[in-house]
Amino acid sequence: MRDRPNSAFQIVSNIIMILVVIIVVLPFLLLLMSSLTEETVLVANGYSFFPQKFSVASYAYIAKSGAQILRAYGITILVTAIGTVIHILLASLMAYPLSIKNLPFRNALMFFVFFTMLFNGGIVPSYLLWANTLKVKDTIFAQLLPNLLMSAWNVMMIRTYFQTSIPDSLYEAAEIDGASQFTIFRQIVLPLGKPILVTIGTFAGLGYWNDWTNGLYYIVRNQDLYNIQNVLNNMVSNIQYLAQSTTSNTAGALAAIPTTGVQMAIAFVAILPIMLIFPLFSKYYAAGITLGAVKG
Amino acid sequence: MAAPKASDQVGSKMAKFKRYLPMYLMFLPGAIYLIINNYIPMGGIIVAFKQYNARAGILASPFIGLQNFEFLFATPDAWVITRNTILYNVAFIVINNVLGIAFAIFICNTLSKKLKKVYQSAILFPYLMSAVILGYIVFAFLSQSNGIVNKSILPMLGKDPINWYSEAKYWPFILTLANTWKGVGYGCLIYISTINGIDPSLYQAAELDNATKWQQIRYITLPFLKPVVITLVIMSVGRIFFSDFGLFYQVPRNSGLLYATTNTIDTYVYRGLMHSGNVGMSAAAGFYQSVVGFIIVLVSNLSVRKVSPENAMF
Repeated sequence: MRDRPNSAFQIVSNIIMILVVIIVVLPFLLLLMSSLTEETVLVANGYSFFPQKFSVASYAYIAKSGAQILRAYGITILVTAIGTVIHILLASLMAYPLSIKNLPFRNALMFFVFFTMLFNGGIVPSYLLWANTLKVKDTIFAQLLPNLLMSAWNVMMIRTYFQTSIPDSLYEAAEIDGASQFTIFRQIVLPLGKPILVTIGTFAGLGYWNDWTNGLYYIVRNQDLYNIQNVLNNMVSNIQYLAQSTTSNTAGALAAIPTTGVQMAIAFVAILPIMLIFPLFSKYYAAGITLGAVKG
Repeated sequence: MAAPKASDQVGSKMAKFKRYLPMYLMFLPGAIYLIINNYIPMGGIIVAFKQYNARAGILASPFIGLQNFEFLFATPDAWVITRNTILYNVAFIVINNVLGIAFAIFICNTLSKKLKKVYQSAILFPYLMSAVILGYIVFAFLSQSNGIVNKSILPMLGKDPINWYSEAKYWPFILTLANTWKGVGYGCLIYISTINGIDPSLYQAAELDNATKWQQIRYITLPFLKPVVITLVIMSVGRIFFSDFGLFYQVPRNSGLLYATTNTIDTYVYRGLMHSGNVGMSAAAGFYQSVVGFIIVLVSNLSVRKVSPENAMF
C-alpha cells in the first residue's frame, strides 16, 4: 500500500502501532523490573515499572545457590539442541521421498503422514503408552521423545519446498554420475533445502525450549530432569498446594519456593535467549508461519 | 542408475527396487515415530470403553460399553467444558482476525521500512513465549498481594483490591486479553504477506482517481484479503473443539475456584487423568474430543475446498 507521506491515515496508523508496540513491551518490562526490585520494596509496594530500590540479589541468588535452576537450564539447552537436530533430520529424510513425483506408493505414504494431522487419539492413550508401556517416565527421554521429535505438518512443508525449489534435472544429473540416494540427499537436498530446514529448525527449537507439558506428565519423581519451564511451573504448583493445604505440614513446599523476585528473575532468564536470538531467527520463523498457513 | 536400462524385465524390476529402496529407508525412521507417537494412541482411544486397569493395560482391561460416557454426560462438567471450549474459540477467532487485519493494514501503510520491521517483530514476539511465561506475566499484573493492578492501579482509582484468582467472573476477559496479546501476531503476519503481494499499481491508479484511503482499503485491500481470511477462519473453526491447554492451565494457575469459566475439554482431560485418577471419564472426554473434533476438521476442510481449493488440506 502506498500513500502520501504524513497523510492523516499515516499518522493515525503509526500512533496505533506505536501503542501496540508499547502494549507488547510493557509486560516484559514489568517482568524485568520485578526481578530487579529489592525484596522488601517488592513486598511493600508490589511489582512495579519504577521500583524505588533496585537490586540484583535475585540474579545473584540464581547464580550462586540456584543449583536446581542451573541444572534445569542445562536440561533445556541439551534437550533443545539434540531434539532440534533429530527433528530436522527425521522430517527432511521423510520429506525427500515424498517430494519425488514417480515414487511408487507415494500417495499412500502421503496419506499415512497426512492422516496424523487430521485425527489424534488425545492425551489419555498417548500418556498411557509413553508412561506405562514405553516407560519413559522420569528419564531424559520423557523430555525428548513425546510429541516434539517430529511433526507431520513440518514434513509437509519441507516436502512442498523440496518439490518446488529443487529442479529434477539436478537429481537426474547426480544419478547419471552414479551418486547414491543418500549422497544426493546429503549433497543436493540438504544444502538446497537450507532455508526451509532453518525455518523448521526454529519451529522445532522453540517447541523444545518452551515445552513444559512433557515434564508435567512424565517427570514425576526425578526433579533433576526438570527443564526451566518445569521449574517455573513447579513453583506455581507449590504455591497453589500451600494455598489449598489445611495441614501445617507444608514446610517442604514452602522451602522449595524462592522469593517472588527470584521467581520473576527465573522467568526472565528463561526468555532471555529467545530475546537475544530473536533478531536472527524471526525472519525464518515469520516465513514459516506464512508458508504453513497459506500453502500447507 | 543409467546402466541397467538395457537389461531384461526382471532386471528392470530389480533396478527399480534398488533405485527406490533407499527412499523407503529414508522414510522409515519418521514413519516409525508416527506409528508410536500417533497411530498407536489412535487405537488406544478404545480405552474410553474400558474400565482401565493399569496392571492389565488397555487391551486386557474389561470392556464396559458406554458406562464412562454415561458418567461423563451425567455430570454438569460435560456441558461446561464444551461450552467454554467453543465460546473461547469463537471469541479468539473473531478478535484475532479483526485485530490481525487492522494491524496488518496499519503496518503495511507505514512508509519507513525500519518502523515496519519494528512493528512486525513486536507483534510476533509474544507469540514465541511459553504458556508458563504468559502465566507469570499475567500474575505480575493480577497477583493478590504483589500484582501491579491491586497494588498500584486500583488504589490510584480509589478502588478496593480484587482477588483475581478466586473470582471466576473476570476470567473470560482476562483469558481473552492474554490470548490476544500472545496470539494476534500469527494471523497478522499472514495478512501482511498477503497485502505485500497486492500489485502497487492498483493503489496508484486509485490515487489518481482521488480515492480516499478508506476507499482503497474497502475496494482493494479487503477484497484481496477475503479468501485468506475465510481460509484462516475456517481452519480455526476446524480446531474449535480443541483448546490451548497451556493458556487455560497456566494463566489461571490451575485455581479450582475458577473452573466455571476456565475449564475446557483439554484441562478437564488432564485433571481427570493426572489428579482425580479418573482415567475412564477422562478417556471418555478425550474420545468425545477426538471424534467430534475429527468430524469438524473434515467438514471445515470441505468448506475450504469450496472457497479456495489451493488452500484446502486435501
